[in-house]
Amino acid sequence: MKKISYSVCGMCTVRCPIRVESDDEKITWIEGNPTLLGGALCARGLAGVALREDDQRPQTPLIRVGARGQGQWREASWEEALKYVAGKLDGIRRDYGPEAVTLSSRGGPWQALYKSFIHAFGSPNYTNHDAVCGRNTHHASLSLNGVGRTDFVYDIENAKHLVLFGRDMFSSLRIAENIKTIDMLEKGGRLTYIDVRQTRTGIKATRFFQVRPGTDYALALGIIHGVIKKGYYDQEFIAKYTSGFDELSAFIEQYTPAWTAKACDVKEKDIKAFIEEIGEDRPNVIFHPGWNLARYSDSFYASRALHILNVLMGNMEKKGGLLFSKGAGDCGVKGIRSIDISKPDIKRADGVGWKYPQFDKGPGILHLLYDAVRSGEPYPVKGWIAMRHDPLSCMPDPEAQKRLLDKLDLLVSIDTNYSEFGWYSDVILPESTYLERDNFIVQQKGLKPRLVRREQVMPPKYDTRASWEIFRDLARLLKLKDFIPFDTMEEFWQWQIEPTGHTLDEFDEKGFIDLVDEPVIFDPEKLDGKFKTPSGKIEFVSKKLTDCDLPSLKPYEAPVAPAAGTFRLIYGKTPLHTQGHTINNPLLIELMPVNCLWINTKVAQKLNISEGDIVDVFSADENYNASLPARVTDFIHPEAVYMTHGFGKDIPRQKRSLHSGASDQKLMSNGLTRWDKAGGCLSLCENFIRIEKSMRNNIKKIAI
Amino acid sequence: MNKYSLHLDSARCIACHGCEVHCKINKELPPGILLCELNTTPMFMCGGVPKSNFTFDTCRHCEEPLCVDVCPTGAMIKRKDGIVYIDSNTCIGCMACTRACPWEIPIKNLLTGKAVKCDLCYDRIDAGLKPACVSTCTTHALKLVRLEAE
Repeated sequence: MKKISYSVCGMCTVRCPIRVESDDEKITWIEGNPTLLGGALCARGLAGVALREDDQRPQTPLIRVGARGQGQWREASWEEALKYVAGKLDGIRRDYGPEAVTLSSRGGPWQALYKSFIHAFGSPNYTNHDAVCGRNTHHASLSLNGVGRTDFVYDIENAKHLVLFGRDMFSSLRIAENIKTIDMLEKGGRLTYIDVRQTRTGIKATRFFQVRPGTDYALALGIIHGVIKKGYYDQEFIAKYTSGFDELSAFIEQYTPAWTAKACDVKEKDIKAFIEEIGEDRPNVIFHPGWNLARYSDSFYASRALHILNVLMGNMEKKGGLLFSKGAGDCGVKGIRSIDISKPDIKRADGVGWKYPQFDKGPGILHLLYDAVRSGEPYPVKGWIAMRHDPLSCMPDPEAQKRLLDKLDLLVSIDTNYSEFGWYSDVILPESTYLERDNFIVQQKGLKPRLVRREQVMPPKYDTRASWEIFRDLARLLKLKDFIPFDTMEEFWQWQIEPTGHTLDEFDEKGFIDLVDEPVIFDPEKLDGKFKTPSGKIEFVSKKLTDCDLPSLKPYEAPVAPAAGTFRLIYGKTPLHTQGHTINNPLLIELMPVNCLWINTKVAQKLNISEGDIVDVFSADENYNASLPARVTDFIHPEAVYMTHGFGKDIPRQKRSLHSGASDQKLMSNGLTRWDKAGGCLSLCENFIRIEKSMRNNIKKIAI
Repeated sequence: MNKYSLHLDSARCIACHGCEVHCKINKELPPGILLCELNTTPMFMCGGVPKSNFTFDTCRHCEEPLCVDVCPTGAMIKRKDGIVYIDSNTCIGCMACTRACPWEIPIKNLLTGKAVKCDLCYDRIDAGLKPACVSTCTTHALKLVRLEAE
C-alpha cells in the first residue's frame, strides 16, 4: 500500500526535512519537504533509497573474534551482544569507576539521548566531533558576543553582500541556505569568496580572492583596518553595545592594505575595492564566521575577526544581517519536554572545565581525551562507545589513534554503516537506517521556532535497531534508573509534546509544527541583555580570554612555507558525498568513485604531471601513501594541493569503495599534536605531504 | 510542435548532480546508465573571478525524430505534445534507435534488455506533476517550460 511520510534526512548532518513515498516493498520517492524546500533535495539525500537496500552494511550485531582491526567477526543476537557490552561496561565501572567510559557522537539535535545515557551511567565524558569542526567558530563567538555560533541565523536572502572565507556552501549543501543565497544573487546581491582554490561556491562569486594558505586571519585583519580607517562601521551600535573599540583600533593600525596584500598574495587595489563595496552595502553585509574552521592554529582568531566584522557592520537583528535565533521562550510559547540527565560532578578526562577553562564544557574536546588515554591522568579511560561517529575517519593520523585505542578494554561502534572505528572495534551494534527508525521530537530554534521529528518510513530490512532502543535496552541491563521510562516512541512523543498544547496529528499535515505564526524579530535598538559576556557588552577584549592568559587581539604570525618538494594538504567537501560515510553508496559512487589531487599548473609542469595522470602522495613520515588522479588547474595556490575528504578507506566489507582514492586524514602524520589553544580545534590544514608522478603512468603496460 | 522543454538556469545551478540521481531512482535504472547528464565547463576567467557554466543534456524530443521512423516494432512513439517515449512492452532491444539518433541517446538497459531514454516523466506530467529531475532540483535551477507558438 502506498504510504506518505514526513521525516528528517539522515544522509548528512544538515538533516533537511523530507517527504517520502513508499510501498510495501521499498521506498519509491524522496523529496525535500514541499512547504519548506519546495521539494528540493540533493543527490546525497535522494540516494537514501539505496542506503536501505544496501547489503554492504552491518546486518546483525557483530562481535570481534580475531585481533582488533583484523576483520574477523561472528554474528550475534541482539540479546547476546547487548549482554556482552553491558557486562564489559559493568566490569569497567567496577574496576575503574564509571568515568572510565566515554561516549562520542557526531553531535546534532539528538545528542541529548547519548549524553543522558553516559551521564546516567555515571561518567561526565560525553564528547563529539566538533573539535574537528565548529568549536573554533563557536568559542570565537562566545568570547566576543557571549552567545554561541548557532545562536545566530544569517539573513542571507535579504543581504546585499555575503562574504565567505573558505565556506564552500555549495559543496556542503544546506539546501534552505543554498536557495536563499542563489535568490540573493539573482536579486543582484554580491558574494565575495576567499579560499586557497576556486570552488563550486567561488564560481558564483562577484569577487574572488585566491589567498596564500593560512592567511585568512591576515586578510580579515586587513579588512578590519580598512573598515575602521574609512569609517565604514556603525558608530552608534559600537558605542551602545561594545567595549574595547579603542584597543581594537590601535591593534589593527599595522595591518594596512599594502601589508595585507603582501601577506595574503593578493592585490592591494582589490582589497581597497572590496572595502568600498562593503562600505556601500552595510549594514546588509554578512561575514560568515566559518563552519569547519578547524584548519590553522590561528583559526579561532580568524573566526573572531569575522565575528568582529559583523559587529562593525552593525548588522545585528537587522534585515540582511545576523538575527538572533529564537527559542520557544523568546516567542512567549511553551516548548517541548526533552530528555536531560545532568552531568555527574566529576572532572572531565579531557581537562575541559578545569585544565582548560577557556573551553565551553558541552561536548569537551575529543583530541584532548586522547591525552588522558595516553597518560592515564586524571584517571584511566577504558571504554569507548562511538555513536554513529568515526574518529578514525574524521580525525588525523588514525594509526596513532589506534595505538592509543589499544589501551582501552572496550570499543563499541553503533552505526548504520561500517566505519573505520567500527572495523577496529570489539562490537558493532548495527543501527537501522534513518528511514527505518523513529527519533525524538526536536525543537529547532530560528526566527520561527518549529518542531520536527524523524518518523520510521519502513520497517528495518535487516536485524538492526534504532539508537534509542539500543540505549534503552543497555540502560535496563545496567540498571540505570529513570533513563527513558517509555517502551515506545509514541509514548515518548506524547510526553514531549504535551506542554506545547499541540498534538502529534499536526505533523501529518506538512511534516512540522510551527510554534509561532510570524517570525520573531527583536528591536535592534533594544539588544541589552542579549550578549551574555561578563560585561553584558560585545567584548573586543574578552575578559574570559584575559583570565585564561589568552590574547583577545592576537598579533598575526605568518604561516610556515612548505619545505622544498612538499605541499600543504588542503581538504574539503563535495556535493556528492558526505565525508566518509556515503562513498560506498551505489548511486553516489557511480558519479564520484574517487577523489582527485588538485595541483597548480606551474607546479605540475615542473613535476611533469598532466591532467588525469596518476600521482602518488606520501605522508610526512612516509608511513602512508596512496594514488589518485591529478587535476591540474591554475585556480589553486602553488603552495597547496587539495583533495576531497572521505576516500582511501580500508574496510573490506565495503566492496565498492575499498581503497578508492586517497585519505587526507591518513596523510596527516602527527596531526593530533597540532591544535588551536584558544579555540580547541585540531589544525587540519597544517600538514605537508610529498607527491610524485606515479610509475603507474608508464606507457608500456603488459597484460598477463 | 513540442509543448514542453527542460531548461537549466546555469546561474542558479550549483552542479550538485541531484537531477541525474533522481532520474535514475525514478526509472529504477541499474549502474552505468544515466538518462540525463549535468556537465561543467572548464573554469575560465570572467571579471576577475574563475567561472564555470553548467549544461544539462538529455533527449531532445526532436520535432522529426529519426528514432521513431526507424523503430521496427513501433515501440518508439511521439505523443501529440511532442514527448518521445518508448513503449517497453513492444521494444525488442534491437537498438536501431540509437544508431539512427544523431546523439546516440537511447541506451540499452541490460537488466530488462530494452532501450531506455528520457521520456520527460510523461506519467508524472499527465498526473499534473513535474519530471523527477525538476521536482527535487536543489536550487530550483532546472525547469519544465511550456513552449508556445508565436
